[in-house]
Amino acid sequence: MHRRTLMASAAALGLAGSFRPALAQQRTEIQFWHGLSQPLGGMLEAVVKEFNDSQTRYTIVPSYRGSYPETMVAAIAAFRAGQAPAVVQMFEVGTGTMMNAGRAIIPTYQLLANTGVTINWDDFLPGVRGYYAAADGKQMSMPFNSSTAITYYNKDAFRAAGLNPDQFPETWGGIEEAMRKLKAAGPMAPLSVAWPTWTQMEQFSAIHDIPLATLGNGFGGLNTELSINNELMLRHLTNLTNWQKDGLFKYGGRNNAGEPAFPAGECAIMQTSSGFRARVQREARFGWGVAMLPFYEGRRPANSIIGGASFWVMNNGPNAPRSEAEQKGIADFFAFLAKPDVAGKWHMDTGYLPITKTGFEYAKSTGFYRKPENVGAEVPIEQMLRGATTENTRGIRLGGFVQIRDIWQEEMEKSFQGQQTPQQALVAMTTRGNQVLRNFERANRG
Amino acid sequence: MRKKVIFKGVALPYLLLLPQLLITAVFFFWPAGQAIYGSFLREDAFGLSRDFVGFANFAEIFADPNYLGVVWNTVVFSGSVAFSALAVALFLAVQADKAIRGADAYKTLLIWPYAVAPAIAAVLWLFMFHPQIGLFGRLLNGMGVPWDYKLNGNQAMLLVIVAAAWKQVSYNFIFFLAGLQSIPRSVLEAAAIDGARPTRRFWTVVFPLLAPTGFFLLVVNIVYAFFDTFGTIHALTQGGPGQATTTLIYRVYLDGVQNLNFGSSAAQSVILMAIVIALTAIQFRFIERKVHY
Repeated sequence: MHRRTLMASAAALGLAGSFRPALAQQRTEIQFWHGLSQPLGGMLEAVVKEFNDSQTRYTIVPSYRGSYPETMVAAIAAFRAGQAPAVVQMFEVGTGTMMNAGRAIIPTYQLLANTGVTINWDDFLPGVRGYYAAADGKQMSMPFNSSTAITYYNKDAFRAAGLNPDQFPETWGGIEEAMRKLKAAGPMAPLSVAWPTWTQMEQFSAIHDIPLATLGNGFGGLNTELSINNELMLRHLTNLTNWQKDGLFKYGGRNNAGEPAFPAGECAIMQTSSGFRARVQREARFGWGVAMLPFYEGRRPANSIIGGASFWVMNNGPNAPRSEAEQKGIADFFAFLAKPDVAGKWHMDTGYLPITKTGFEYAKSTGFYRKPENVGAEVPIEQMLRGATTENTRGIRLGGFVQIRDIWQEEMEKSFQGQQTPQQALVAMTTRGNQVLRNFERANRG
Repeated sequence: MRKKVIFKGVALPYLLLLPQLLITAVFFFWPAGQAIYGSFLREDAFGLSRDFVGFANFAEIFADPNYLGVVWNTVVFSGSVAFSALAVALFLAVQADKAIRGADAYKTLLIWPYAVAPAIAAVLWLFMFHPQIGLFGRLLNGMGVPWDYKLNGNQAMLLVIVAAAWKQVSYNFIFFLAGLQSIPRSVLEAAAIDGARPTRRFWTVVFPLLAPTGFFLLVVNIVYAFFDTFGTIHALTQGGPGQATTTLIYRVYLDGVQNLNFGSSAAQSVILMAIVIALTAIQFRFIERKVHY
């Protein structure tokens, strides 16, 4: 590796000294930091390589910087030191922070205007592009890997409990009934969830078309306040707490700590990211199916929201703007990612959502969904496209959201432990969360 | 009796002190100064705007009821870690100091855990006590003990204390063993001839003579529990469930690195620094008086 780099630089030096710029066309290097571990990281780097090979002027240099939060912290620290990467992959929770980053970033719409490159945003799934657009519809970052939350369930366990394995209940009431039968049938925990606040609060609010925060979930401005202390959320948290007590629901820990229980056959129903599919496919030694997220009776289910990450363009540092050549290269790279075959292939390879409609069509045209091993792979897309996107279902735009999620998890855990009632938990979540929002507002006013 | 060496002139002594002074300045005074400066600022994550807010960060911290909870966690955690690590190490050192078969092997084995990185030690305990995949975790649940440290705050605290203390036992063990071996045999023999039984010999002869070692270790262990246990907590519980295992140092990390709230994080580390300086001063002022070198 090192030797090769050395030789390459030596060669580059030689070329630079040979006064033949026309022949030795210099490729502009563009630093790109991402937060995808293997095998997804390798697949992302393959997409980058494909772009590099498709033209001769730019070389995107991908480098893995740890998990999403680590990548975010690293990019911010690098910016403060004047060495930020040109493009950074940022998870959806960091969107609010990035959007208010002022001259640290170049918004994607600005990048396209600067370089004269066009991307057809109408081709993007509304729920995907809306999450990364400003309130006035201007695209702030380039959507890339997006997932949403769905339900996985163990068909064998359903059969053993005398339930129809091909008919997953649509409502929480139906799920409760199924859980009681599952519990009677065996020692397996009926229900567990991963990303507890994402699946049980954020997705839950979107599915039921209720606001998570005022001002259109924070899209309308920094003076947004949490509105999670509502009747439906209370009903759900109360149910989860009671189910936990009755042994119907098993809390599996923060973030994705709960996930392994499903492929291991330790829980019958799991709600987590659609991106978990590949692992279930590889590890589950039983029949399984996927279904949309449930809703409470008497409600009309709306679309779910996304998780995942988008690509942000950064300036080098507070007083070091990104060069024009780099900007052009980045814009070309983004346009490349929006191509139907690129978007479609990424979706089929990884299990992430196809971010564009043409990408979805491309995947359909290859016969992907008709293959037996891909049954149900379109469920997350259908769930994303269900109903018309409203203020409550286009996404969440909160500053300091990473911290707010942590607070929610803490208070949720205290409720499950019985240290406080679900009502007290919601009050504490709101008070503490609002404090984070106010801090963020103060720090980003100027 | 004190020995005094008098240097001629001032250049040489300062030159000899210079390396140490430089290290202290670069690795302590400079970062500590930065932290104190940062604790009076409110910044956005990217460092684009920066306001001087006086003591607002401190006021916010002390107005936060959760912060008091974190302080209490730290008291429980550090006290338990220091006490149990010292007690177990002393017990083991006394046993290993006896003339037993294979004493060297025991000694080597007991020193091993010190070489294990905190995060790895934590993962080791995780694999033993995870309620679903851990050997003992499953065993406990199988026996009807509802063991789930991911939801039970007391169990989580117990687990991080045990994991953190376990790592420190080796270090304490080495020092206690060395301390025991330097106790003159004649004193013990004299006590034995006077008719003192082993327990009495331990409390009246061995323990006081070990006091200097014990005192040194107490300071080191408190500092360890305050600062070096971050990896253990991060890998095991991430401060949860709720905030049951969030200690002061873990909260500094959460607010600074994860939440990018630099002002508050800096203020918290200044508070932490003040606490440790105060504790060390108290220890030297009051406990050291009872220690006879």
